Amino acid sequence: MLRSLFGGTDTEKEPAKKPGFFERMKQAVTRTRENLSERIEEAVSFNKEIDRNTLEDLEATLIGADLGTTTTQEVLGKLREKADRKQIKDVEELKRLLKAELLAILNRANVPPVPAPEGMPEVILVVGVNGTGKTTSIGKLTQFLRSQGKSVTLCAADTFRAAAIEQLEIWGQRTGTEVIRTKAGGDPAAVLFDALQAATARHSDYVIVDTAGRLHNKAGLMAELEKMRRTAQRIVPGAPHETLLVVDATTGQNGLQQARQFTDSAGVTGIVLSKLDGTAKGGVVIAISRELGLPVRYVGVGEKADDLLRFVPEDFVDSLFD
Amino acid sequence: MFENLSEKLQRAFKTLRGQAVLTEENIGEALRELRLALLEADVNFKVVKELIDHIQAKAVGQQVATSLSPGEQVIKIVRDELVATLGTDTARVKFASQPPTVILMAGLQGSGKTTTSGKLANWLKNGGHRPLLVSVDVYRPAAREQLKVVAHAIKANIYEGSNVEANTATVERLAKEAKREAMISGSDVLIVDTAGRLHIDDQLMDEMQSLKKILNPSEILFVADAMTGQDAVRSADEFHKKLSLTGVVLTKMDGDARGGAALSIRQVTGQPIKFIGVGEKYDALEPFHPDRIVSRILGMGDILSLIERAEQNVDKKKAQEMASRALSGDGFSLEDFRDQLQQVKKMGSIKNIMGMLPSIGPFAGMQKHADKVDEKQIGRIEAIISSMTAHERHHHEVINGSRRKRIARGSGTSVQEVNNLLRQYAQMRKMFKDMGKASFGRKLAGMKFPGM
Ligand SMILES: Nc1nc2c(ncn2[C@@H]2O[C@H](COP(=O)(O)OP(=O)(O)OP(=O)(O)O)[C@@H](O)[C@H]2O)c(=O)[nH]1
Ligand SMILES: [Mg+2]
Repeated sequence: MLRSLFGGTDTEKEPAKKPGFFERMKQAVTRTRENLSERIEEAVSFNKEIDRNTLEDLEATLIGADLGTTTTQEVLGKLREKADRKQIKDVEELKRLLKAELLAILNRANVPPVPAPEGMPEVILVVGVNGTGKTTSIGKLTQFLRSQGKSVTLCAADTFRAAAIEQLEIWGQRTGTEVIRTKAGGDPAAVLFDALQAATARHSDYVIVDTAGRLHNKAGLMAELEKMRRTAQRIVPGAPHETLLVVDATTGQNGLQQARQFTDSAGVTGIVLSKLDGTAKGGVVIAISRELGLPVRYVGVGEKADDLLRFVPEDFVDSLFD
Repeated sequence: MFENLSEKLQRAFKTLRGQAVLTEENIGEALRELRLALLEADVNFKVVKELIDHIQAKAVGQQVATSLSPGEQVIKIVRDELVATLGTDTARVKFASQPPTVILMAGLQGSGKTTTSGKLANWLKNGGHRPLLVSVDVYRPAAREQLKVVAHAIKANIYEGSNVEANTATVERLAKEAKREAMISGSDVLIVDTAGRLHIDDQLMDEMQSLKKILNPSEILFVADAMTGQDAVRSADEFHKKLSLTGVVLTKMDGDARGGAALSIRQVTGQPIKFIGVGEKYDALEPFHPDRIVSRILGMGDILSLIERAEQNVDKKKAQEMASRALSGDGFSLEDFRDQLQQVKKMGSIKNIMGMLPSIGPFAGMQKHADKVDEKQIGRIEAIISSMTAHERHHHEVINGSRRKRIARGSGTSVQEVNNLLRQYAQMRKMFKDMGKASFGRKLAGMKFPGM
């Protein structure tokens, strides 16, 4: 049994059996899935009372989904009081209340982006650490907007990473969208300037800006994003109207730090949660919403152009318990 | 800023002083703190549970050593356990008896395989090898182009191939051709960059297995992002089951993630972490040091391993005396300073020692300076201190202008150097004194090392 986050007192221990530590670990991992559902199944079918064990299993589920200890502690803390006072009838009710808590966090953060002024393109700046899925998400988002009959101009402002421009250009071809580019190693703010002018002249509905992946603890690179924001504002009032932070669903608690730093420097207004087609749950976005009030806008579920979904909080919360 | 785990543990152990043995009860709170710290560092919760049980089993019943506080004792048990878990293997590539040695890169999307392939080629080149690169990522747009640019930047050879279609047949063909090319061109190592894939994508995992058959690689390296959370155990386990990995590269360690995934991955695969990636440049690949990452995961500097290194080389009693003097009101004399420098010389280079400090938090800035440390400078500092009288060494405040001149002359240095040394010494002395009162790491941040 996991030792409870709330400092549960049952330190009941399995006797230390000896196939090696390593062997046991492997067993533990292969058991991942059964654990919670089995127990809940059991509790329900025998109509047992909810006990600390149930809560501990729920805790394991939330921690295992990368919600982090703080958020998990807070959410379960509320339920625990009720459970101790026997106000929760059965496991189903417990799960319902838990989901409601998580939903409340996500919904509280659900603020829409500021619209662009009449006749001006809406500028979407896409940022994030290296390899999270920025460029691919841009390709998919472009496809999504195009399918709604919108016109898009893409801006290849990742002039740093090898072949990043070519990568975005291929997405441009796939979605029938023009990509404004400069040479490798060029100034990202300068190409942004060009892209915004081109888009304004052409009356594009959207400009989506791909940026180089960067670690949020590198001050110089973060300052570059601030510069890009200032450039955008000079050409289109209020731009960027949306700044999307792409968070990889496999990311652990560092995701929170990413969100903090990118919000500070780049004024993040929404999250794209990528790679949800894997087995990672992406629960760190709940911690992010809780602390920073940032909404999740889209989720990525694959590498193809139509593998982008609008974020539905209910579905997401349900998926944490699958 | 979160409270340092070692502070928390010390607090948890306050009540314990004077007790003779560690028991389940008296270490309970400390273990709860430890559990939270490990979870926050993204160590998988099942791995955490196993570790805590293991540590508890080890600790309970131990006599509280008189020289250590119970807190320190448990920290040491924890540290030893985690270091043991991570193993000691480090940057070593297995070479085939018959060249070319094939290194197959594997991992999830976006973990850093392409950049790491380039870094590895660069590292091998610097070691006198002739690597050949090939990308069999025919799926991600411009992925093969990316490796080409990388190869060009590091002046390594690359096999490009032709007629690239996005299917497994092409992947297999490219792999075969590249291996042949390696033999023909006399390349002794072939590095095969592959498309990122999900461990649950059966088709692409089959493709990996097929690549393994075709290439017969000596190394299959799992490239994993240091920021990975709880799911690290799943993906690493699946990759290992299907491919029998031979090692791990942990990337993006120049970020501020605690890197608990290292423990998770090592635990499920049993394979050594061979390298860490610490930047976007092609030389930003370093050997893996278990000590360093354990301290990072726990949120403590690698002070413990410093202490240990010191213990191995240094007269323990003398060191303890010095430490307690430095941390108490008596302060840290110039003689102690000189002893320290001599011991530092015995322990290894300053660069090494500074390298043991974690690259995050208060130490962030110091790592950068490690390269600038002038080791010759240490000799000069020693000379300066040796030119002082015993009285001066214990009462630095008496060293006035004319004494400084004399010392400079005696040591063959300049007055300015003497001034610098005294200034740095005063800083260190104050810092040690403060440390006796307050927490450790934060203070070290402001400190400048002699010779920098
Ligand atoms: N399975 C899966 N893979 C994805 C998803 N989104 C992106 N990827 C893959 O993740 C890898 C990295 O994606 P990119 O779009 O290049 O990431 P990036 O953030 O632009 O990377 P940098 O510009 O190098 O920082 C690629 O192999 C993508 O195909 C997703 O939703 N699911
Ligand atoms: Mg990109």
